[in-house]
Amino acid sequence: MRLWLGLLLCLCALPLRAEEVVLGLSRDRVAITATFEGSEILVFGAVKREAPIPQEPLDVIVAIAGPSKPAVVRRKERRFGIWMNTEAVEVDAAPSFYAVATSGPLDKVLSEVEDLRHQITLERAIRSVGAPMTIKDARRFTQALIRIRKKQGAYQTLEGGVALDEQTLFRTAIDLPANLTEGQYDTRIFLTREGRVVSNFETTIDVRKVGLERWLFTLSRQQPLLYGLMSLAIAIAAGWGASAAFQLLRRA
Amino acid sequence: MQIYLPIAEVSVNAFLLFGLGGLVGILSGMFGVGGGFLMTPLLFFIGIPPAVAVATEANQIVASSFSGVLAHLRRKTVDLKMGVVLLIGGLAGAALGVLVFNYLKSLGQVDLLVRLCYVVFLGVIGGMMFLESLRAIRQTRSGGPARRRRRHTWVHGLPFKMRFRTSGLYISVIPPVLVGVAVGILAAIMGVGGGFIMVPAMIYILGMPTKVVVGTSLFQIIFVTAFTTLLHATTNYTVDVALAVLLLVGGVIGAQIGTQIGTRMKAEQLRILLAVMVLAVCGKLAADLLIKPAEVYSIGEAGGH
Repeated sequence: MRLWLGLLLCLCALPLRAEEVVLGLSRDRVAITATFEGSEILVFGAVKREAPIPQEPLDVIVAIAGPSKPAVVRRKERRFGIWMNTEAVEVDAAPSFYAVATSGPLDKVLSEVEDLRHQITLERAIRSVGAPMTIKDARRFTQALIRIRKKQGAYQTLEGGVALDEQTLFRTAIDLPANLTEGQYDTRIFLTREGRVVSNFETTIDVRKVGLERWLFTLSRQQPLLYGLMSLAIAIAAGWGASAAFQLLRRA
Repeated sequence: MQIYLPIAEVSVNAFLLFGLGGLVGILSGMFGVGGGFLMTPLLFFIGIPPAVAVATEANQIVASSFSGVLAHLRRKTVDLKMGVVLLIGGLAGAALGVLVFNYLKSLGQVDLLVRLCYVVFLGVIGGMMFLESLRAIRQTRSGGPARRRRRHTWVHGLPFKMRFRTSGLYISVIPPVLVGVAVGILAAIMGVGGGFIMVPAMIYILGMPTKVVVGTSLFQIIFVTAFTTLLHATTNYTVDVALAVLLLVGGVIGAQIGTQIGTRMKAEQLRILLAVMVLAVCGKLAADLLIKPAEVYSIGEAGGH
């Protein structure tokens, strides 16, 4: 009996799975040049389906995550009249950039269980297990991390930021700030119905330094001594040059 | 005009950097301080990562000091012999300072210690200079004879005496070497050139004439900061040449203007101005430690300080 029920559920689920994302990106490569001032990425697409549109309304979630790095969040406390760092929580992985855009309010669009499974919201995207036993309010540290990065524009939650037409066409624009780190930016699109993820799609956006930026960065990592000497030479040449130019100007 | 810095990985306004460089350059030329003690906190403030700010600042100080030292060499206000003696101490001190810094880093709290170092040193030196300059100005105003600075102290009783012709001194090499070491250590820990400590030390401990002090300290700073730049570039990869170039475009021009202003002002006025500046930075840093910050949480790199 239970087997039959399971099979029935599977059959019911099948047409839902049959909904697929066909995605377009305004660009899948972001070039960081010397005059890079940030960039806007347009994520758009359509839902391909072979069955008729189900009764429950469709929602779309777009999440873009930059490369993750461990970070330490410290809290200051007053000791001996001086504000100093006392407690610290190590966050095992915090993305350098994270934007999540949805077609409706997050708590309606995504259920807690699905969020836990796919790690979609900011709180879930940050992984922290290393809080010391002495710290009872470790959650506040991750909340502080989110608050600080949100203020910098590195973390964004755009509820209602995805426009959805006829349950089929969707589009959203996400602003990448000027202070971008290099790397692969994972872009995930989720289709949900009543909080359940019915389909997802993943792709990456390549963020790279180019030209002079690329050259300097590579040199500083691969030939650090040469890079250091070059920096000094440039500095001294400029210092001497400006001095000489100033002398000429005064004599003239 | 926004510029993306390749090593710092942040985008900043180029004109803001020109302006900061120029302002600090003027101070550098006027007082013979590298300006690092002002520039490094300013760079933190505009959002440059601290490690990059400290390393790049060393590189920028080389350039701004270079044009300053050229101006002083032309006017023959550099005691080269004294400069070399200070430099030998300075290089040893810088290497020692990096070791101390790494030890403090392993203990944590290096941030606080650096700040406390700033507050204590800037407070003591600024206060001393301020009082001394006030006394000197009052004496010249009242028409009395200016107090002779070159007194006979313990400094003159030490062995290994050497003649420093430009400074008009005949003293032991031990005090200048020790001054160099002390400045080197502090420079490495605090991420500055160290001129703001060396200038008063040369005046009050070594008894050098004020006119020679500025050029000689710039001379020593160039080599010590060049050494620091290379250390940072090869170990931490934190020297941002693009940031340094932007800062020094303003900086070198500022330094030339500063040197001109400096020659037109009296030594006492020059010192009292520097004292006020040092005290102002000290007050700001002390306030940051004492007043509750708006955000008590901060994000640091894992494994770092």
